[in-house]
Amino acid sequence: MTNHDHDDHSRKFQADHPEPTTDAARVGLALRELLIEAGHYTVDEEQAVIAEMQGASPDNGARIVARAWTDPAYRERLLENGARAIREVGFELEPYEFTVMENTGQVHNVIVCTLCSCYPRSLLGMSPAWYKSKSYRSRVVREPRKVLAEFGVHLGDAVEVRVHDSTAELRYMVLPQRPAGTDDWSEEKLASLVTRDSLIGAQRNLPVIE
Amino acid sequence: MNAPKFAAGQRVRIADRTPPVHHRVPSYAKGQAGVIERVCGVHGEPEKFIRGDGEPAQRLYRVRIPQAALWKSYAGTEKDKLEIEIFEHWLEPAE
Repeated sequence: MTNHDHDDHSRKFQADHPEPTTDAARVGLALRELLIEAGHYTVDEEQAVIAEMQGASPDNGARIVARAWTDPAYRERLLENGARAIREVGFELEPYEFTVMENTGQVHNVIVCTLCSCYPRSLLGMSPAWYKSKSYRSRVVREPRKVLAEFGVHLGDAVEVRVHDSTAELRYMVLPQRPAGTDDWSEEKLASLVTRDSLIGAQRNLPVIE
Repeated sequence: MNAPKFAAGQRVRIADRTPPVHHRVPSYAKGQAGVIERVCGVHGEPEKFIRGDGEPAQRLYRVRIPQAALWKSYAGTEKDKLEIEIFEHWLEPAE
């Protein structure tokens, strides 16, 4: 959370979640305390898992996207078997089948989990609060173009929208389009253009910032 | 594990049922017809997994459904799609 080598704060912060007010939320908290009290896991173990999750970030996805942009053979392997191609770069994503969907001039992909909030946390870190909201989850399947427009993604009729509902064992990432005018850019510099939202499909055009 | 029952490109219909246990098929997809987009791996059956035993494991597929078929007065193009993961025991061949 304190990694300040960039100026894009939209990646790092999200709105507060409300205090638990429902019975289900209180039961969740009570269950956690009981599990710890009964010795099923320790607070230290819980902290270690949280630290591991916080170690993951959209920067990981950005690295993979930049490699796919600069290495056509890698791009093919990534689209063919995402988990295997991501392991090549050193990320371990078991037990999920990691799947990468490529945006093109004709296709825009957007990811949702309507049943809960499945998200490739082990690679990209915690999901944004809006991704977990009932509004996004219920609306983006039904009126994706309208929801995308609210994110600033205005799609013409020539572009096909593909909504991917992450309902079971797969985890998804969008491979955004490489911006024009970046032909001679290094992989590292290209990675700096990739945003979290573009990896979910809530952003389409990546601004070129020199 | 048995060979996949369905192949990519095959038309299928998602069962319209609501077992009284946790399951991973959202209501909007129940009873809908689509095309197998790809055959995925084999995973614990969610209805049994939730009770501590996912066996026998089930083949998973991605099913592609036209948005216009899913929603009344869909505001988009005929080309727009929804793609969703469905386990084999929820699928049957469709015309």
